[in-house]
Amino acid sequence: MILVYADHDRGVIEPLTFQALTFARDIDPDVHAVLIGGSSAGLNASTAAAELGEYGAHVVHVAGLSDYSDYAPLAAARALVALLGSTGAQALIAASSPRGNEVLAHVAAITDRPFVADCYSIAIGAPHKIVRARWAGNLHEEVDVNAEAADVLIATVFPHSTEATTAPADGAITDFTAAVSQDDLAVQVINRVGASTGGVTLPEAKVIISGGRGMGGPDGFGILESIAAALGGTVGCTRVVTSAGWRPHSEQVGQTGTKVAPDLYLACGISGATQHLAGCKNSKTLVAINTDPDATIMNHADYIIVGDVNQVLPMVLQEIQAAKS
Amino acid sequence: MEIAVCVKRVPLVGSTFILTDDAMAIDTSRIGATLSPHEENAVEAAVRLIEVHGGSITLFSVGSAQAEEQLREQLAIGADRAVLIETEGTEIDSQATAAVLAQAIDQDTTDFDLVLLGTESADSGGYQTGIRIAHALGRPVVTNVKGLDITDNKATCERAVGAIREVYEVQLPAVISVLDGLNIPRYPSVPGRIKARKKPVDRLSIAIPEPTTIRTSLRVPQSADKGAINLGSGQQGAKALVEVFKQIGVM
Repeated sequence: MILVYADHDRGVIEPLTFQALTFARDIDPDVHAVLIGGSSAGLNASTAAAELGEYGAHVVHVAGLSDYSDYAPLAAARALVALLGSTGAQALIAASSPRGNEVLAHVAAITDRPFVADCYSIAIGAPHKIVRARWAGNLHEEVDVNAEAADVLIATVFPHSTEATTAPADGAITDFTAAVSQDDLAVQVINRVGASTGGVTLPEAKVIISGGRGMGGPDGFGILESIAAALGGTVGCTRVVTSAGWRPHSEQVGQTGTKVAPDLYLACGISGATQHLAGCKNSKTLVAINTDPDATIMNHADYIIVGDVNQVLPMVLQEIQAAKS
Repeated sequence: MEIAVCVKRVPLVGSTFILTDDAMAIDTSRIGATLSPHEENAVEAAVRLIEVHGGSITLFSVGSAQAEEQLREQLAIGADRAVLIETEGTEIDSQATAAVLAQAIDQDTTDFDLVLLGTESADSGGYQTGIRIAHALGRPVVTNVKGLDITDNKATCERAVGAIREVYEVQLPAVISVLDGLNIPRYPSVPGRIKARKKPVDRLSIAIPEPTTIRTSLRVPQSADKGAINLGSGQQGAKALVEVFKQIGVM
């Protein structure tokens, strides 16, 4: 049996969790999911369990922990350690989300087991044979994981490497509890700030209009904002741009920023460093506008325009407006 | 405030990866090296904290002898001394790295109020070193930190989730792993570089635990030339692009 940690924020399941469930089913169809936190953490267990069941969870273990009023990584890990002991799972899998990686790393540290992040494929055995991402997926690494040290394999699934598919199962709820100390709850979400401005955020955007060094400076991004607004999308940028202070880091797409998979990624004045490609190469359609026809980004694009962004982009905006009117 | 910052030297990769003939490593013979990006932010955060609270910064790194280059660079930015645990050129797994760093921090003569590092390294991306160090030292840990303020021995940490930020509070001593975006790291000044030459980089020998995760090969995934369609230039290109927008349903 494989246990999948279902990352959720106050009851809203992280979509990557469905990819992790799909991935886990391939290793062993006997998949159980686990939800940490009861109604005090904003979790409606029956709704969430039904969603997890849709993606193949036969059983959904729900931990009601005292004082777990919001996400607390160490407390979640303690509950998972207890559950691993009582269920005899052969692997603990999660999405490679900030919380998925964090909670599983805690479980690995507590139980002194290896933790293998960002996996593309797992073959359980002695040793476990795993292919995982290095450099945010720019390299694939094959590793052997010692099966004695990893008697329970703890691993996360590289985002978007598996397409989530449904496989309806019972999603039958089993309640459990675990001893959690105040120390385990010392690190817990105590507040949320910067309420949503109503704009589209990078991870959810269907259209991302992104700029690099070739935009020339902060002023160059005005046209990107206009095009993004016209298409109901949002603005992205490269690390060079955020390091120069032209744009806020929240807009950075790449290995050290946000990894995105929109319907349209328009890369303007972006050369295509591996750091950036790691964040945008899962885009459904990638269009690059660059003066250099040999720029790396051109090899990763579906469509290209060779030209100066300062000349091309105003024309693009004009054409969008003309087509709309 | 006494701060330890764990840093890692990684190859300075541009637009392509070239592997060694045995496919076990990146061929670094023609490329330089740099600090793993999130750790530039960790050092910058430490320097800013010291400017406000006083104290000192000690860098810890596990790696080759050449890592001294990156340590000197960060000493030039404002760290006070560095401890390098040299490995015999081979990279060690995350579990061993964390064990070695935790031991080095623990046996140091300084009692650290804060251990800072990147949430994940650019190359191995294991997402665990900070958490393992925290468990080994018996300290709380906050990861993925993009906003940090320390007042009265209490760290207020912010972490981005979509458009909003989660807030965590933790008492020092603690471990905090950070992300790019926490700050904009400064460049070393010329006087900083001169001072850095005289700052100590101590070598420390610690037995490396047996690895549990062993690399058997590396490969560059096939992302062959997609054969991009050239939409043309100028007004014609702009028109063709709008047609693409309609085709893929974003207009």
